[in-house]
Amino acid sequence: MTVIGETTAAVSSTGPEHVAATQLRRRNAWRAYEIVLWLVAIALIFMLPSKALLLTEIAILALFAVSLDLVLGYAGIVSLGHGAFFGLGAYVAGLFAMHFFPEPVTGLLVAGLVSGLLGFVTSFLVLRGSDLTRLMTTLGIALMLAELANQMAWLTGGADGLSGFTVGPILGLFEFDLWGRTGYIYSLVVLFLATWAARRIVNSPFGLSLKAVQGNRVRAAMVGVPAKSRIVVIYTIAAVYAGFAGALLTQTTSFVSPDVLAFHRSADVLLVLVLGGVGYLYGGIIGAIIFTLLRDWFSVITPQYWMFWIGLVLVIIVMVGRENITRWHTFLPAPIQRALARAANWRPGPKIGGGQ
Amino acid sequence: MLTILFDGIAYGMLLFIIAVGLAITLGLMNFINLAHGAFAMAGGYITVVLMNRYGVSFYLCLPIAFLAMAVVGVVLERTLYRRLYSASHLDQVLFSVGLVFMSVAAVQYFMGGQQQLIHLPPELSGRTEIFGIGVGRYRLFITIVCAVLVVALQLALTKTRFGSQLRAAVDDGRVARGLGINVSTVFALTFAAGSGLAGLGGAMGAEILGLDPNFPLKFMVYFLIVVTVGGTSTITGPFLAALLLGIADVAGKYYVPEIGAFVIYAVMVIMLVLRPHGLFAREGGR
Amino acid sequence: MITRRMLIAAAGLAASALAGAPTFAQETVKVGLIVPMTGPFASTGRQVEAGARTYMAMHGDTVAGKKIELILRDDAGTADQTRRIAQELVVNDGVSVLAGFGLTPLALAVAPVIGQAKIPAIITSAATSSITEQSDYYVRSSFTLPQAAVPVATWATENDIKRVVTLVSDYGPGIDAETWFTKEFTAKGGEIVEAVRVPLQNPDFAPYLQRVRDADPDAIFVFLPSGVGSLFMKQFADRGLADAGIKLIATGDVTDDDILNDMGKPALGAITGQHYSTAHDSPENKAYVEAYKAAYPDMRPNFMSVGGYDAMHLVYAALEKTGGDATGDALIEAMKGLSWTSPRGPVSIDPETREIIQNIYMREVKEVDGELYNVEFATYEAVKDPAKTSDQ
Repeated sequence: MTVIGETTAAVSSTGPEHVAATQLRRRNAWRAYEIVLWLVAIALIFMLPSKALLLTEIAILALFAVSLDLVLGYAGIVSLGHGAFFGLGAYVAGLFAMHFFPEPVTGLLVAGLVSGLLGFVTSFLVLRGSDLTRLMTTLGIALMLAELANQMAWLTGGADGLSGFTVGPILGLFEFDLWGRTGYIYSLVVLFLATWAARRIVNSPFGLSLKAVQGNRVRAAMVGVPAKSRIVVIYTIAAVYAGFAGALLTQTTSFVSPDVLAFHRSADVLLVLVLGGVGYLYGGIIGAIIFTLLRDWFSVITPQYWMFWIGLVLVIIVMVGRENITRWHTFLPAPIQRALARAANWRPGPKIGGGQ
Repeated sequence: MLTILFDGIAYGMLLFIIAVGLAITLGLMNFINLAHGAFAMAGGYITVVLMNRYGVSFYLCLPIAFLAMAVVGVVLERTLYRRLYSASHLDQVLFSVGLVFMSVAAVQYFMGGQQQLIHLPPELSGRTEIFGIGVGRYRLFITIVCAVLVVALQLALTKTRFGSQLRAAVDDGRVARGLGINVSTVFALTFAAGSGLAGLGGAMGAEILGLDPNFPLKFMVYFLIVVTVGGTSTITGPFLAALLLGIADVAGKYYVPEIGAFVIYAVMVIMLVLRPHGLFAREGGR
Repeated sequence: MITRRMLIAAAGLAASALAGAPTFAQETVKVGLIVPMTGPFASTGRQVEAGARTYMAMHGDTVAGKKIELILRDDAGTADQTRRIAQELVVNDGVSVLAGFGLTPLALAVAPVIGQAKIPAIITSAATSSITEQSDYYVRSSFTLPQAAVPVATWATENDIKRVVTLVSDYGPGIDAETWFTKEFTAKGGEIVEAVRVPLQNPDFAPYLQRVRDADPDAIFVFLPSGVGSLFMKQFADRGLADAGIKLIATGDVTDDDILNDMGKPALGAITGQHYSTAHDSPENKAYVEAYKAAYPDMRPNFMSVGGYDAMHLVYAALEKTGGDATGDALIEAMKGLSWTSPRGPVSIDPETREIIQNIYMREVKEVDGELYNVEFATYEAVKDPAKTSDQ
């Protein structure tokens, strides 16, 4: 968003390649709000120890939403079946802990790998067709997986879910505790690393070419961006991420229920992402915070009818306009806006100076 | 054997009645309305309340459900939906999912979470033998109603003035407006018809599909399958798709009950991969 | 990178900070009730809550000098929510007992929590037999499906039913019901012609019922969760299976009291076996139904509600026995072997398995004073969970 202004400033004596490289580096630099967000997330370990479980849930949902953002925000694919990868990751992590090795980090990687494989295979199915076709294809795949998990009771425990496995200490050092603090720290570290990697990806030349593909596929192809392979790659990466999120859920709860593959997972994560804003990675994280807090809050006041309020929030968001929600600050008085813009553009000193 | 075929046809017909409204909004107006099942559910609940609390006859309930939902449809179209015709598909999905959530919770609040049951008039329950095949009377009734609907809709779309106005409005709204067609009214009426049909389908489906607050979520997939597989540009497409789906589903469950639930999803994904624009796509349609 | 290193340091700090265990407030004893109040199984949650609240209305909220506080939470039927809520109730609210759990996976999800926290969990609804084997802190106040299915099979063989088709929902409890019915029925000389499993989310029973009709058995044994069950009853009648001489025998879920009256004629004559009927004839039940209807005039107490009612009784009686000691181990010990007269009849907790031992009644759906009820006509007394007794 703020890049355009800088580009002109950066056109200095050197050639266009240098300009592009500088621009990418600028994009890649950490913004103030990002740093604040992560610091707060860490501080919460100590400030709100009693809410560690809720925080864990937020972190997992955030990772899942970041994954969907890669698909929706950077590849422009509307998916109603993203839960397929989440659920697969959850099951793989559970089965791996049960039959092979209880150490969670290994399980996490394996789960991500398997989900990624499914993402790679199915990515070819979403290359064609309209929004509606993609919606239905992704939904269909998720539903098939859910049915499969239900049918293969000998492996997955069927509708009763997968239980009776224990998740070992992380790296053999940190045991999961009843208060959920280890679980939160673990999830947060994974979320952080994943977001960090995702930032690198979307701010690389590859990420920019994705934006081009999303903007206009034909035009992107004309300038030499192979649209299909770009979509395959990002879809696969997103599937890996969703697999991670699913595995985290399994490992922090040491249980897999068949509803990890249910439709509402896919719908929820879409809602989460939209709440936070599509296409800048942090939308998923912010959305996850808002959504989980809202749901927790509503379900304490009206345990039976929170769905109504969530629905109302959705309708209002669409009616007001999604872009207006994420650009709420444009409604603020001009001086505050300027101050905010300065704050958003502010970066830790050494990074700017150390550009070369 | 023939009984199974008939059951499949009746099931497909029922799916069609509910989904045809969606085919209209989605196919003709290019609006992804996932809340379609909510309209059907509302029609079903209207029938339940009228029949069980006020003793209204079932036959009278069907047109009432149709009209009531058509009115609701117009109101919603005028106030909310029309603003989203030009919005992105993502917005439409979010908006209609929001409506679904609200309707589910609202119904739960007013009617409770349990299954709602209606009592059909005696002449519609039980079975009759026709040419030696045992046929459920209610299923026969559904089939007849559906057949009449298909013919009526097809005629309305192709032979009436309104039908051609609608097709013109869909193909190019600006030109249609230039020709003096009141596009906005045409869309509102079409949306009303779609919602009304959903209400009618919900009223008729309550007996076979059941009716509880989660109806819109449970059956959303089925309706969408009918429309996407059938293609969104004709009435006959979804009709044939619904029949196919009904027969495949019922036969699949009869002959291979182990994988019964699996069949339709697999069929759908394969169809979509092979024919991304549906079985009977119109050339150049959008 | 800095942040990462900080995180690892933080992880170490947090881990060391966890040494101290929380101390529970001893003045009030909190009971965490986790049930689905939204979603497809919301009616279960409402019934359990109503039953539990009715118990408190009838018996006051103090026992052994302790005030009882019921904390209701909705898990929407989602297992990871159940688990998180359970964990929060234990850690943040300091509950002494957990109760509820609408479905088997929801109950299983809390096994690690109650094991780690050493807190009893009373299962008010979930009916798969194996749950109580997953942790020593489970107690059941509802029933298990084998418990209901075996007497139905016994009754069938005693009443001249030779060939049966089973039709069950394809999930844990359904398979339990099928397995145990088949075991008992074939052991007593009956023949299972065909076993049909239908998916849990099943819109149309037509193909399955046609299969049953073509097999032409003496009777069909059915287990389906209650909401779906009513749908089944109508289609069963519509397809003329009853006219073709096929009897319907089932576990009580199919003729759930909560919606039985709305099923109308098709339900008449269905034979079911279960532990509770609203029409059960006893002074305890009369008092219960009266108190229940006073608080919830729109609902009729069903077998789920009585699970909630007896869960509260377990808490009260256990506290009385321990003299107000609400630590988990003391409570679970106190619950073992308790026996009392519930609205459903005489019941007790098996000290070995922590399962409820109760009468199973055979009932027929009849019209009483213009409403449909499950009218009991035969009793199998003090039935244990057969899945566990035969193991030993």
